[in-house]
Amino acid sequence: MSDHNYTPKSKVGQWFNDRLPLLTLANHLTDYPTPKNLNYWWTFGGILTFCLITQIVTGLTLAMHYIAHADMAFESVEHIMRDVNYGWLIRYIHANGASMFFLAVYIHIFRSLFYGSYKSPREIIWILGIIIYLLMMAAAFMGYVLPWGQMSFWGATVITNLFSAIPLVGEGIVTWLWGGYSVDNPTLTRFFTLHYLIPFLILGLVVLHIWALHVPGNNNPVGIDIKKPSKDTVPFHPYIVIKDGFALLMFMIVFAFFVFYAPNILGHADNYIEANPMVTPAHIVPEWYLLPFYAILRSVPDKLLGVVAMLSAILILAVLPWLDTSKIRSAVFRPLYKQFYWILVADVLILGYVGAMPAEGLYLLIARVATAYYFLHFLVILPVLGFKEKTLPVPLSITEPVLGGSPNLAAARNKESKIE
Amino acid sequence: MSEKKTKRRDFLFTATTAVGAVGAAAVVWPMIDQMNPDASVKALASTEVDVSSLTPGNTLTVLWRGKPVFIRRRTKEEIDEARAVKMEDLIHPEKDEDRAKNPEWLVMLGVCTHLGCVPLNDKGDYNGWFCPCHGSHYDTSGRIRKGPAPWNMEVPKYEFVNANTIKIG
Repeated sequence: MSDHNYTPKSKVGQWFNDRLPLLTLANHLTDYPTPKNLNYWWTFGGILTFCLITQIVTGLTLAMHYIAHADMAFESVEHIMRDVNYGWLIRYIHANGASMFFLAVYIHIFRSLFYGSYKSPREIIWILGIIIYLLMMAAAFMGYVLPWGQMSFWGATVITNLFSAIPLVGEGIVTWLWGGYSVDNPTLTRFFTLHYLIPFLILGLVVLHIWALHVPGNNNPVGIDIKKPSKDTVPFHPYIVIKDGFALLMFMIVFAFFVFYAPNILGHADNYIEANPMVTPAHIVPEWYLLPFYAILRSVPDKLLGVVAMLSAILILAVLPWLDTSKIRSAVFRPLYKQFYWILVADVLILGYVGAMPAEGLYLLIARVATAYYFLHFLVILPVLGFKEKTLPVPLSITEPVLGGSPNLAAARNKESKIE
Repeated sequence: MSEKKTKRRDFLFTATTAVGAVGAAAVVWPMIDQMNPDASVKALASTEVDVSSLTPGNTLTVLWRGKPVFIRRRTKEEIDEARAVKMEDLIHPEKDEDRAKNPEWLVMLGVCTHLGCVPLNDKGDYNGWFCPCHGSHYDTSGRIRKGPAPWNMEVPKYEFVNANTIKIG
């Protein structure tokens, strides 16, 4: 931030900014120098901000009608759907909004994996992002419990029981989480409280995430350090604002399709049956965005180790900046990493698929192989690849490959200097 | 200042920190403990069940402390099968004699010890119970035989109040 000093033009603005530098902050949304080669994969930060605000606004309005009580929660959700003015719309936006939020965050995460955005000097941005992702999963899980349907109840039972895998104190922790001897009313009310709290924690972390981002500035598809401002950058407004806005519009079309044409396709029909502690649904599945981790949990035949594997699968991402030993950020210049990247994408999609299938026979075998590969990618392939891989030559600036248009660096540099 | 000597100021720092830590813990504990089961939840400790209508080979499921309890009136074959199992074949070795004092009656929490689902009756590879969530197989004594669950289904404290009534808890 130090490399671009801002002073407001008006006298009043200067007077105010000297006392509270709010306008300097606002300047980060206007003149802020941004790499000029950012592609559409970079628009998901803005889309995610939109998702968070959508969830908070629809969540607040739903909370005006929802009743967090085991005897009334299910009915109050039906009341929202049938009686409350536009209640159906607000609830469908909120429920599908969670899925859209995860869709966007997965694209955002895989963008970072492809272009090496987690590498030095952006490790803190990355770790903040992983914490946000963990909080998102907690919020989504607790939100899914609130309608108090069969999947709500049994999802809550299975997930809270994960803690019982902890030796000695596990059972005590589960009873403490439940506030009873099973998932019941005390569990519901505390989940509602936490579900309400977490989005605001996320909002705070998003501010830190963006703050940390604006210290080194955006990574870019070429993955090189750039000077800002320079001819490699454009002001955030209007260039990035318009691009983000257009991408957001496209995203909202997808969002609206789900809300208006297939509002329940991402949910589970069993959740329209009220919670019954006597009967477990024949086939319990979490929401789609948690399926890969669910597959990892089920692929390990030991209870404690299964939970450890599932948590490790998420937490391993936090140490990714130190597991990837390659100095080159962007996969564009890493021919081998690029292939392993796509294998990882396929691996996660396969895990998601088998996570939705019964844990037996061939599905279980596939889940085990895919789980093993997931850890192999992070713990073996990435560290070794940094030393073994022969990377392609990286351009010195963003402008160079554009103006040069040839892989020959000397020629490109020559041409560029002529234009100057 | 080079020599290290305990001074009056050091003592004050240590004492203040210690008192502060104890005070903070004393305030935090009620905030944590309020989440534990409250008095009204604990009050629902026991329940009585009439089992006179149960015929051999059938299971009654009742709710106790928010959890299902299986009361199974076992057939002769089921008892023989459960008692013939060798201890070394078990993941969590428990004698059927210890689990069902009265061999005809098996009373246990109908909660899978893996992640808490309710197993299905008369299913699975061991003719006992099968948990649909993650595939744990239990035998006719409710002992875990195959799958991710670590323990046998728990036998709660129970007693026959009279020939037809079981008191659980």
